[in-house]
Amino acid sequence: MSIKSGIRKVRSAMVALTTSALIALPALAGTAMAGELVINTDSSFPAVKKAFQSAVTGFEQENPDIKVTWNVFDNEAYKSAIRNFLSAESPDLATWFAGNRMLPYVNAGLFAPIDDVWAENGLDKTLKAAESAVTFNGTKWAVPYTYYQWGVYYRKDLFAKFGIDVPTTWEEFKAAGAKLQENGVTPVAIGTKFPWTAAGWFDYLNLRTNGYDFHMAVTRGEIPWTDERIRKTMGHWEELLKAGFFLENHAAYSWQEALPALVNGDAGMYLMGNFIVAPLQEAGLTEDQLGFFQFPAIDPAIAMAEDAPANTLHLAAGARNVAEAKKFLAYIARADVQTRMNEIMGQLPVNAKSSVSDDPYLQAGFKMLSNVDGGLAQFFDRDASAAMAKAGMEGFQEFMVKPERLDKVLARLETVRQRQTQ
Amino acid sequence: MFPTPIDKTSSATRVAYKVALPVALLLWLLPLLAVALTSVRSSADITSGNYWGWPTSFNLVENYTAIFTNSPLAAYLLNSFKVTIPAVLGAIALSSLTGFALGIYKFRSNLFVFFLFVAGNFIPFQILMVPVRDLSIQLGVYNSIYALILFHIAFQTGFCTLFMRNFIRTLPFDLIEAARIEGVSDLRIFWYVVLPLMRPALAALSVLVFTFVWNDYFWATVLTQGAHAQPITAGIKSLNGEWIAAWHLVSAGSVVAALPPVLMFFLMQKHFIAGLTLGAVK
Amino acid sequence: MSYVTRVWQDHKTTITPWLFLLPGILMFAIYIVIPIFQSIAISFYRWDGLGEKTFIGLENYRELMRDDIFFTALQNNVIWLVLYLLALPAGLFLALFLNQTTRGIRIYKSLFFFPFVISQVVVGLVFSWFYDPSFGLFNTGLMKIGLSPIPVLADERFVTYGVIIAGLWPQIAYCMILYLTGLNAVDGEQIEAARLDNVRGWRMLWYVILPQLRPATFIALVVTVIGALRSFDLISIMTGGGPWGSSQVLAYYMYEQAFSEYGFRMGYGAAIAVVLFAIMLIYIGFFLAKMYRDEKGR
Repeated sequence: MSIKSGIRKVRSAMVALTTSALIALPALAGTAMAGELVINTDSSFPAVKKAFQSAVTGFEQENPDIKVTWNVFDNEAYKSAIRNFLSAESPDLATWFAGNRMLPYVNAGLFAPIDDVWAENGLDKTLKAAESAVTFNGTKWAVPYTYYQWGVYYRKDLFAKFGIDVPTTWEEFKAAGAKLQENGVTPVAIGTKFPWTAAGWFDYLNLRTNGYDFHMAVTRGEIPWTDERIRKTMGHWEELLKAGFFLENHAAYSWQEALPALVNGDAGMYLMGNFIVAPLQEAGLTEDQLGFFQFPAIDPAIAMAEDAPANTLHLAAGARNVAEAKKFLAYIARADVQTRMNEIMGQLPVNAKSSVSDDPYLQAGFKMLSNVDGGLAQFFDRDASAAMAKAGMEGFQEFMVKPERLDKVLARLETVRQRQTQ
Repeated sequence: MFPTPIDKTSSATRVAYKVALPVALLLWLLPLLAVALTSVRSSADITSGNYWGWPTSFNLVENYTAIFTNSPLAAYLLNSFKVTIPAVLGAIALSSLTGFALGIYKFRSNLFVFFLFVAGNFIPFQILMVPVRDLSIQLGVYNSIYALILFHIAFQTGFCTLFMRNFIRTLPFDLIEAARIEGVSDLRIFWYVVLPLMRPALAALSVLVFTFVWNDYFWATVLTQGAHAQPITAGIKSLNGEWIAAWHLVSAGSVVAALPPVLMFFLMQKHFIAGLTLGAVK
Repeated sequence: MSYVTRVWQDHKTTITPWLFLLPGILMFAIYIVIPIFQSIAISFYRWDGLGEKTFIGLENYRELMRDDIFFTALQNNVIWLVLYLLALPAGLFLALFLNQTTRGIRIYKSLFFFPFVISQVVVGLVFSWFYDPSFGLFNTGLMKIGLSPIPVLADERFVTYGVIIAGLWPQIAYCMILYLTGLNAVDGEQIEAARLDNVRGWRMLWYVILPQLRPATFIALVVTVIGALRSFDLISIMTGGGPWGSSQVLAYYMYEQAFSEYGFRMGYGAAIAVVLFAIMLIYIGFFLAKMYRDEKGR
């Protein structure tokens, strides 16, 4: 600590020196002094990188006096890198995720509040879709710039061939699966080697069984895992497991490794985020073969809620170019900017005034999310705390392979929850 | 010699041995052969499930060009060299000094210091993980090749000291004693008398430490992130995440990652084995 | 004569070795010795690596006692340790097989040694592939003989053994080379004498050869035990501790708790590392005691 604060002191002394030297010097150039802006992003995927490139270029064109330094990190590496650069060598802006995922940084004082950016630009109206996910203790901590829908991607052609209609209720869903099975097709493809995919199923079954508010309370750790309502959710899951709905040996595959099952027609459906579309199309599925539907209702009395994870841009507490950073935040919140970025990324803009690409899956997702009454969740591992998320996902994976261990799994999750709330 | 030399056995045993040898080798290296073969397959072979049959076409150039042009593999590879070479030199330099001190001089805590180096060699890395990461952050080298170089020098110094000290103990002590009586300074004895005699040890250690450092994966994941600093072991792991199901590329990348230590081993085989056994068995 | 020069003249023989030792000791102390104590200290704190550390005494250790996965990891470490020891007889067997003077045998020896030279990352990838339930060679083989495929790395019953087999491959090669060198040094006259006494085969191996191979066996034992307890790379590449933590070992669990995406519990991770360190200390002590006897015997 003392070394670190020492370094910080030296650094601020140097900054002060440089600044005073600059002031003392007569202005050599006629133009205004150039501003700077440092942005760190986790966008190593080509499309996301391109989208950010367009945003940075556009911003620099509008603000020729600001020089943007943009650092791209590998997506996985970013998750641990952000912890270090925020405390050691802070950029001005950093990408991250909404929901519980941002809390450690908020609590450690590494992110700065940006209520002023929201107020001055009327973002509470334009970015309403993800507002609650970036609000904590009544303060806004980020600007969401993209999100995407979750839902069931299915083989339209197989459904037509076997005379199956898109299911909208739990009974219809189970009947559709049974029909697929009769024809030798596994109803649902999934790969749980990396167990977050199983959490998608928990999210949806719980949202549909108990509703948005209860689900969020569960992820916040306010409900015991042994609660009867959670057991009801797990009971619905068990129905599917007992009926053999899921791809065999799913714990041996990553989500990508389970894709061929859908492509080859060995499986009929896949519950996943919209990022599944690109690899499926690359593998040869056409729009006539691949369809999308909203996860069916289980309890008709419960309002439909969806998983729609948003990615966000945060102001670092250690930012040195706060004014420039806020300018960029306002910029990336704008409708036209979000339209362009999401067009490139193949995702949905958060800004309500943006337009959505013609892509049929995005259009379907946009339509679905616009009509959601229940609320938008961020996905289990962003809504729950890190330790709870890890224990939960592993527990769901175990339950999917060994449904008879339900009690043991729930008891273990409850231990983790109690430790958290202590 | 044991077992009985095969030339002295019956001709039936002789023939059986001659047959068994290549068969056993083939089985032993089957996983590696599969990797080598897969690295030249076409993606058509991979998608059609032809993993174990004869490749329909040999895409040696295409695949190996692809991994270098479509991924930061070259950067990872370069990082590996940039980490390994200075680490080897550093560890050898430090340990020839410590080995000299512990091998030549008699002083009270000699054995204690020696055992400290030896014990350090065997500890589980994991106990160093959190503090070394913090230390690297404070030194400002975290997430750069320097973090890895510094750590590897320090850690390998333990092993190398064990080796050097034992080697120096086998040198003719009279020679050093004679030089001392002549009034040659300690530094000159080290430089002009002992160091030239240690050449075989230096060679053996270089090869060995090169392999150890090159193959390190744990510290690469703890101390570095991303293609600007990570060596190829960690690089292959993250490329494996990107190239899901593109096994021909993963295999080609693996071959590239394995090649430098394998070449090193074949070129300096004698030294390598001497290094493995001398330092330890003595 | 200045003070410094006088001290130097008076204590030259005492100071000189320490001057040679200084750079090495400094690096070793900063990077190895001090961090061990720091880790032990951190294990008494709750710390997410971002905010302030909170002293919680033995709480991390108490939590370990209630942690199922910790015990799974501990149990798996024992399995690793026991099965890894198979590398000794297997390596000895290979060494005996290859200890010949036929033409080209040198090439064979070095090719057999191959798995040890390549990175464990590559070994892990190769074996994950070997076990793949849909196309891996292992399951292709099972199906050829009429059995249904087993997803080795996704089945809690087999996963640890599957990873250990991958680890044994290079470890056997390592033991083989140690024994080959040992066999080189075996006293030929003793063998001839035993042969004259009509001692052959197993009896020869047991009563004449093995006693002479004791130094090689000792070092093979030490490196194998350490290899088993350090197992990290293969777990990280092949299973990530899964499914549901069933292939967890202490070395990987520690990393996961301290540094993984859902971890950053530095104190808890440090506590796991301290346990692992304590286990390893037994072996380090064993090794040093042996070395001490050898040193005194000289």
